[in-house]
Amino acid sequence: MNVETITIIFLAFIVIGCLIAIETPNLLSAVVCLGVVDIGFTILFLLLKAPDIAITQMVVEVVCLIILIRATVNRDKSADAGERKFFGLMTTITVIIILFMFMMKVVPLFGDFGDPVFLRAANAPSQTYISKGLEDTGAANAVAAVILDYRGYDTLGEATILFTAVIGAIALLRKKPRKKDAHHKIE
Amino acid sequence: MNEPEKIIVSEHPDGMSLVVKTVTRWVKSFIFIFGLYIVLYGHLTPGGGFAGGVIVSCSFILVLLAFGKKRAFRKLSLEKAGMLDSVGALGFLVVAVAGALFAGTFFVNWLSVPTSESLNSLLRKMGVGDFRLLSAGTIPVNNIWIAIKVCASIFLAFALLAMLRINETQEE
Repeated sequence: MNVETITIIFLAFIVIGCLIAIETPNLLSAVVCLGVVDIGFTILFLLLKAPDIAITQMVVEVVCLIILIRATVNRDKSADAGERKFFGLMTTITVIIILFMFMMKVVPLFGDFGDPVFLRAANAPSQTYISKGLEDTGAANAVAAVILDYRGYDTLGEATILFTAVIGAIALLRKKPRKKDAHHKIE
Repeated sequence: MNEPEKIIVSEHPDGMSLVVKTVTRWVKSFIFIFGLYIVLYGHLTPGGGFAGGVIVSCSFILVLLAFGKKRAFRKLSLEKAGMLDSVGALGFLVVAVAGALFAGTFFVNWLSVPTSESLNSLLRKMGVGDFRLLSAGTIPVNNIWIAIKVCASIFLAFALLAMLRINETQEE
């Protein structure tokens, strides 16, 4: 079996997991099905030779699942989605059809599986990263060379986003309102 | 007969069962060390600051889940986590600005072998010799800063969400 077939099998696995997570009435079962989806993505990233992304996906998935299970366990409110209205259903179907036709036009431009477009482009940045990354930066891990050396600005923006998100979480989840003369304590 | 159990329960009134606590006591340091390995080898093997930082914060989250917030906050309190969060972000920025100071460009890899010739000539004049500690320049340093930042912020977000839930159940 080649990699393309295995990829399609795992993608079907992921789609089935997503559908069950949406349709199941129990919240805890939905969270467990999300875990199945994440495991599928982890194995897929490993098969497609991206171990960095696989490690990050696995670890972040574990933390997210812990938070979600803690939020849903002992709180067995079955999800009540309500009746789907005719207009909403028609909008969903129309958007899916438009996206499908768009993908039918776009996907053939990508070329065959395992033959990326950037291999054909002359002087593509990704080829420079792969061929010159080691001598430019000294990092054997090409991903680390890209995210911390060539694309350091992106990582700085990512760090800023995380910082702002945590500040927002602290501001929203604070127990007592801050007094004017109080010390700047988090709790 | 039940005395030792009672002592443990009274010592940590909140938290999970004795089995979970014992397993946590054994496993937490291994998770911590594995996270440090992922961070420090981020420029050589798969991994890096983000994944390693989340693994390190997982060990603190494990302690928080198993032993309750009292003991977890003794290891990493909320104020200290907030401080580490800011320190990580600031250190990352300081390394970037140091590139502008030493090599002329913001975010340049001013410690790596090709670009640190000026630094090395300066060191040779001082009689120290070449700087050869970090093979990848600023990449391991930045990995460490990002790991500190990610570890502190993930733990902070998780602790805040967990405390929110505890308060809700008390009100109910």
